[in-house]
Amino acid sequence: MTDQALPLATSRAERRTRSFNLPGFVARTIKYLLLSLAAFVSIFPFFWMVVGATNRSVDIGIGKATFGDQLFINAANFFATVDAPRIFWNSAFIALVGTVLTLAISSLAGYGFEMFRSKFRERIFTLMLLLLSIPFAALMVPLFVMISSFKLVGTVAAVVLPGIASIFIIFYFRQATKAFPGELRDAARVDGLNEWQIFFYIYLPTMRSTYAAAIIIVFMANWNNYLWPLIVLNKPEQKTATLVISSLTSSYTPDFGMILFGTILATLPTLIIFFLLQRRFVEGMLGAVK
Amino acid sequence: MANARLGRTEQITGWTFIAPALVLLGIFMLYPILWSLWMSFQVGKGMNFNFGGFANIVRLTKDPVFIRALVNTLTFLVVQVPIMIMLALLAAVALNDPKLRFRGFFRTAIFLPCVTSLIAYSTLFKSMFATDGIVNKMLMAVWIIQEPIHWLQDPFWAKILIIIAITWRWTGYNMVFYLAALQNVDRSIYEAARIDGASGWQQFWQITVPMLKPVILFTTIISTIGTLQLFDEVNNITQGGPSDSTLTLSLYIYNLTFKFMPSFGYSATVSWVIVLLVAVLSFLQFVIARDRSK
Repeated sequence: MTDQALPLATSRAERRTRSFNLPGFVARTIKYLLLSLAAFVSIFPFFWMVVGATNRSVDIGIGKATFGDQLFINAANFFATVDAPRIFWNSAFIALVGTVLTLAISSLAGYGFEMFRSKFRERIFTLMLLLLSIPFAALMVPLFVMISSFKLVGTVAAVVLPGIASIFIIFYFRQATKAFPGELRDAARVDGLNEWQIFFYIYLPTMRSTYAAAIIIVFMANWNNYLWPLIVLNKPEQKTATLVISSLTSSYTPDFGMILFGTILATLPTLIIFFLLQRRFVEGMLGAVK
Repeated sequence: MANARLGRTEQITGWTFIAPALVLLGIFMLYPILWSLWMSFQVGKGMNFNFGGFANIVRLTKDPVFIRALVNTLTFLVVQVPIMIMLALLAAVALNDPKLRFRGFFRTAIFLPCVTSLIAYSTLFKSMFATDGIVNKMLMAVWIIQEPIHWLQDPFWAKILIIIAITWRWTGYNMVFYLAALQNVDRSIYEAARIDGASGWQQFWQITVPMLKPVILFTTIISTIGTLQLFDEVNNITQGGPSDSTLTLSLYIYNLTFKFMPSFGYSATVSWVIVLLVAVLSFLQFVIARDRSK
């Protein structure tokens, strides 16, 4: 807060002493115009999604950008076409289980790598960073063969297991742990806490912002996951919202009014989580980059 | 230092913290990697395969669909990543100005696209970019184009559409990394540059870009990996069409494995092409970044 107040104060002083300058004014205007254009382009599709859900598919096709009266019909069509409670439950269950397990396993590892250093573990960490560059496409086929030989195809475990130990999240937690004050740990040791108690009672509550940012990243990734669930979930009653709504669009005459209504529902959870945790998200990112 | 202080029990505690992750990574990452490397030398259909030596690599060079997918993927990479990184940097620099009004609004607005679900955004783009759709209508209204563009039917414009879609989705994500890194840049450097008469543009190239180089490198590599693995967007917006003009390597691997008669060996070979590309490009990016710093 203080570092923001300072430049403001100087700028006010500057403005008083300096006379009006034209190039500066033009540059500022261009800057605001470009930022407004960027904001417009970023937000317009959201507006379009909401407007589209109130229009007929034909009107969406001809680019009608005003609110229509079809919202309830689109909603009714959507609930009649897909088993909405089931697909959203499937998505939510996979995203929740995935997020909790990923955060648990990966934050423990990130903490462990940073707090207990040894030469051998540093080598493992370097190897992990190299593996980070291996694309999922390269793992997809062997993973699928492996999951089928475990007889796990069509289970939540098949979707969630391969992503739980996320190198990216481990790396993120290790970076963030560098900011965890060593005095807190020393004090806890003097008080007789063991290493696991320190992690659960001191580290976890202190690193709330880091966890919040990780929740946003991991929850979004799990909720939006498409390719891997497409491969391992083969029974209709297991499909997630992402898979089902995506299959609606690939028909020859997709009913866009109904589909856009569905996409609003599919976007809401990530939007809500983002806005709930937004402040902590920025703090968490700052902690990891510093 | 820290190593010397760690006692025997602490060593064991250290392993217990990372053991669950290591076991999972071994099973779901290391093993599949080795398996796929071995598979790429196998030929055959389904689960019947035998050693084929370099047969798959020879097949790659003669496979026109693979070559098209490779060229498409590289085209997306070369065009999209620099545009997105540049836009994200400019947005971050503009938003880092403490005098800027509506900062919070602009920041949230530009970040918002990467909160949408993949499926929402591909559906939205598919409907907005229909030939009679809203985007053509708006472009014609402001006289940028006279005739509607066939975004989904024309091979050239379909590629542009995919590039627009990815840029829309990921620019804000990269911007957040730059914004976070800019917090660590001391403002007094800019004050000094301004007194020396450096223009905003000069400050951007001579202070901001060099200071942010590690983050730019990081995001460029992450974006390169992401673009080389491009699948979701092309599968949902264009299905790789029209006539394979947006077919990517990942989509081709998927088709080879799960749509046609599965040939695991050959698709594993194609996936190692991606691994090689990622390795070579990351290496090049590191070298270029090091040269610039001299």
